[in-house]
Amino acid sequence: MEWETVIGLEIHAQLATRSKIFSGASTAYGAEPNTQACLVDLGMPGVLPVLNEGAVRMAIKFGLAINAQIAPRSVFARKNYFYPDLPKGYQISQFELPVVGHGQVTIDLEDGQRKVIGVTRAHLEEDAGKSLHEDFHGMTGIDLNRAGTPLLEIVSEPDMRSAKEAVAYMKKIHALVRYLEICDGNMQEGSFRCDANVSVRPKGQHAFGTRAEIKNINSFRFVERAINYEVERQIDVLEGGGKVVQETRLYDPDKGETRSMRGKEDSHDYRYFPDPDLLPLEIAADTIEAVRATLPELPDAKRSRFVDHYGLPEYDATVLTASRELADYFEAVAKACGEAKLAANWVMGELSGALNKAGLEITESPVSSDALSGLLARIIDKTISGKIAKEVFEAMWNGEGDADRVIEQKGLRQITDSSAIEAAIDAVIAANPTQLEQYRGGKDKLFGFFVGQVMKATQGKANPAQLNELLKQKLDG
Amino acid sequence: MSLNREDVVKIAHLARLAIDEQSVPEYARNLSSILDFVATMEQVDTHAIAPMAHPLDLAQRLRADAVTEEVDRETCQAIAPQVEAGLYLVPKVIE
Amino acid sequence: MKELHQQSVAELAAGLARGDFSSVELTEALLARIAQHDDRLNSYISVTAERALEQARAADSARAAGQAGPLTGVPLAHKDIFCTRGIRTSCGSKMLDTFISPYDATVVERLDRAGMVMLGKTNMDEFAMGSSNETSFYGPVRNPWDTETVPGGSSGGSAAAVAARLAPIATGTDTGGSIRQPAALCGITGLKPTYGVVSRYGMIAFASSLDQAGPMGRSAEDCALLLGAMAGFDERDSTSLDRPVDDYTATLETPLDGLRIGLPQEFFGDGLDGEVARVIDEAVAELRRLGAEPVEISLPNTALAVPTYYVVAPAECSSNLSRFDGVRFGHRCDAPRDLEDLYKRSRGEGFGAEVKRRIMIGTYALSSGYYDAYYLKAQKLRRLISDDFRAAFAQCDVIAGPTAPTPAFRLGEKADDPVTMYLSDIYTIAVNLAGLPALSMPAGFSQGLPVGLQLIGNYFSEARLLGVAHRYQQATDWHTRSPDGF
Repeated sequence: MEWETVIGLEIHAQLATRSKIFSGASTAYGAEPNTQACLVDLGMPGVLPVLNEGAVRMAIKFGLAINAQIAPRSVFARKNYFYPDLPKGYQISQFELPVVGHGQVTIDLEDGQRKVIGVTRAHLEEDAGKSLHEDFHGMTGIDLNRAGTPLLEIVSEPDMRSAKEAVAYMKKIHALVRYLEICDGNMQEGSFRCDANVSVRPKGQHAFGTRAEIKNINSFRFVERAINYEVERQIDVLEGGGKVVQETRLYDPDKGETRSMRGKEDSHDYRYFPDPDLLPLEIAADTIEAVRATLPELPDAKRSRFVDHYGLPEYDATVLTASRELADYFEAVAKACGEAKLAANWVMGELSGALNKAGLEITESPVSSDALSGLLARIIDKTISGKIAKEVFEAMWNGEGDADRVIEQKGLRQITDSSAIEAAIDAVIAANPTQLEQYRGGKDKLFGFFVGQVMKATQGKANPAQLNELLKQKLDG
Repeated sequence: MSLNREDVVKIAHLARLAIDEQSVPEYARNLSSILDFVATMEQVDTHAIAPMAHPLDLAQRLRADAVTEEVDRETCQAIAPQVEAGLYLVPKVIE
Repeated sequence: MKELHQQSVAELAAGLARGDFSSVELTEALLARIAQHDDRLNSYISVTAERALEQARAADSARAAGQAGPLTGVPLAHKDIFCTRGIRTSCGSKMLDTFISPYDATVVERLDRAGMVMLGKTNMDEFAMGSSNETSFYGPVRNPWDTETVPGGSSGGSAAAVAARLAPIATGTDTGGSIRQPAALCGITGLKPTYGVVSRYGMIAFASSLDQAGPMGRSAEDCALLLGAMAGFDERDSTSLDRPVDDYTATLETPLDGLRIGLPQEFFGDGLDGEVARVIDEAVAELRRLGAEPVEISLPNTALAVPTYYVVAPAECSSNLSRFDGVRFGHRCDAPRDLEDLYKRSRGEGFGAEVKRRIMIGTYALSSGYYDAYYLKAQKLRRLISDDFRAAFAQCDVIAGPTAPTPAFRLGEKADDPVTMYLSDIYTIAVNLAGLPALSMPAGFSQGLPVGLQLIGNYFSEARLLGVAHRYQQATDWHTRSPDGF
């Protein structure tokens, strides 16, 4: 039988506020255990939550970016369950009335097609603390520094049909929250993570199959692997005549498999009810407009502009707008050097290659956008050839100074003096009479041989265009 | 509305309350009588009534996003049943 | 000069201002009385003598430096539901027997700042759940008018201490009548303000949408003085109202001429003790003599208030009390086998029977499949009950009636029957559901036990309520009576 996969994602994005969602404690990552858990975060008797305006504005920003309705009135509810990293015994979240309603994003598929993925809702809630399972005499240690960090939970429609689509969607949301500067997107630190709802059904069947929820996946790679594993598992179960159980599963990256989380099974009765310590969140139209005014250019709009304004191919524009930082870098180079396609090629080629190899982010590049445009300027003004430029780039990457300095120090300036090039050509022709004869006898391919020899003789510094022209004259002469 | 033994055990579990085996019948009786009493609510048709979660018909006030709290871990943990290396200790959590 | 312990807050403040006595002298006198008499009442859980004398000395120095405010140096007692930094805050529960609060409640902070001296923390029903003060882990409080009877609850310790002159005034909290009912049963004056007037920060939550703190004193005037210092906007409480504090003492003398007093027929029907009814009738007659005009009104959904409350309050409490899990503070069971055992036994051992009952009722009312029938239904009825008052206040300015259906009952009399106990709050509970202000004041006696008259006002009418009570107290002397033997 042919099976169809159905996936929906719940993405948790930690909002980049200074203080927590309901308390004035810092959200900074990496502090000593429990030194950023104030009385409110610890759930001390008698303490009360007060909502952070910054978190609300960030939620509105996200809602506007996915063309969603911002609820004029939304309600915070308590989700009740006992867990040691949940100090109050309930999580303050939003249930019936979330702050962000239905919206959508467009993802790019591998075959070049685009697909619209629906976002059911996004709501504000508080994060829990962390359980540390290192051995404390066989006990678990609880660090509540993360407790109360604001989260935006972004719930998708079950619109994805493959692990690849799920990854594309997750990347799109990741880019979006970083464009909006509402989340640092750091997946290693858990700032951006997701739960995946996965089910399969016979192709053509309308009703959904029973789904399993895979919890807390914190990398794009794991999302793909976890989903693919889970899909296989479910198909095996169904083809073996079994039934998929609706349950929560955990992805184990070491083993590359998902397993059932039995511990959480009995606590599914969350007893949601409106939090009586908080009043309804009302958002006025002018607040929404004020937030709208702070929206940056979003990835889709930027991509169109890169195509229209810079004349870039669709593919280049897509790659360059994947992150706001990359797009900004490209634009700085393109503007400074004046040749967008050249800038695009370099940013996507040499620069991205070097960054990938070194495992660096664009923001950590040892070659700044100014430095790169300085290099490209020397290509444009013919001081160096594109090939030599790669050598210069490498030196710049290694910290040997800017383009001009490297060119000067290494003597890489291009030879544009015709008489010097002609002299080199003459010498090469004189040294290779056999090849000359063969060329003139019709073996055109040998043209390249002569170019190579002249380049070798000039240490690659001969201006390629001039060389071509002069060589042709001499050979055909 | 009458609660039986299993109901009481189930609710006590949901609320994480240890209840003596021998006091379960008494809880069942007391809780049932409270629920019977509460059941008088059913007499009223509330079909068209909007629920009231709160006495104040006001909107939530917002706090500026600023760090205002100093954390005194020592004082907070002096009253904790078991801590080590700044962490609260609990019996092993199995996921 | 009247003995110090017989003086009202207003009199003590004046005496301190004149230099008739120092705060240290006054504090020592009261601490001595507590030491002498509280064995018979059990009204205090903790007496904080050292801290009190320190505060008293500071108050005297402040006065000497010309920096005294109107309440500087006046002692008071706090219900043990308010967090007090460095001092055990037990909430009447074994669960918090070892809980030394790391911070002060806003109310405590404000009264400290006003220069008041805390004598100690008063006994209460466990987590404020009770109407007789019999659910306290620290044992029942006894009513000073007859120590075989209950003082009411849950602020029974505060009520008994003020009645027995073991504190000039005290704080209390009221979720379904917990200030007014014990005030009535102990013959003192207690006010529950409009929801949101007094900060709830640092007040251990029972039912967050109903809880409100207020003053418990001998007279309306004393309550007005204390409320003025307790009330006000608090940015730490999202449900605190951002409005200026009324001057509650300024309008105390306002005459009652033309005041329309609504008498809800539902408050005078079955279940009301005959003697209590007689006392209330006489009190209403007195108010009429003072110029008020009684008006018959109706609060048709009165009978639904108690059932509605016993869904809303337990639902909220079941969630509010989840934080007591033996992990970060409070009672932890010995040698837990695993996490679930830690939770269940810590909570099972730390909470008493009534608290467990309410947590279970609330858990049930919120659980899947029952939410609509219980919690949502109760929220809808809450609106109906609230609307009744809205309609009533179109016809009258203040509503009057009994605070409790009977005078103080005997210890143990209702302890085995939760529902009968719940019905002792039948006249007070609707007020909390609506969030309105109400007070109880002494209006006479039934067989030697005090009877309270309840006055309910529209939102933010605390000053008006206190004014009506004050005029009544100018004309009567019930509030000046104190129990024999104390």
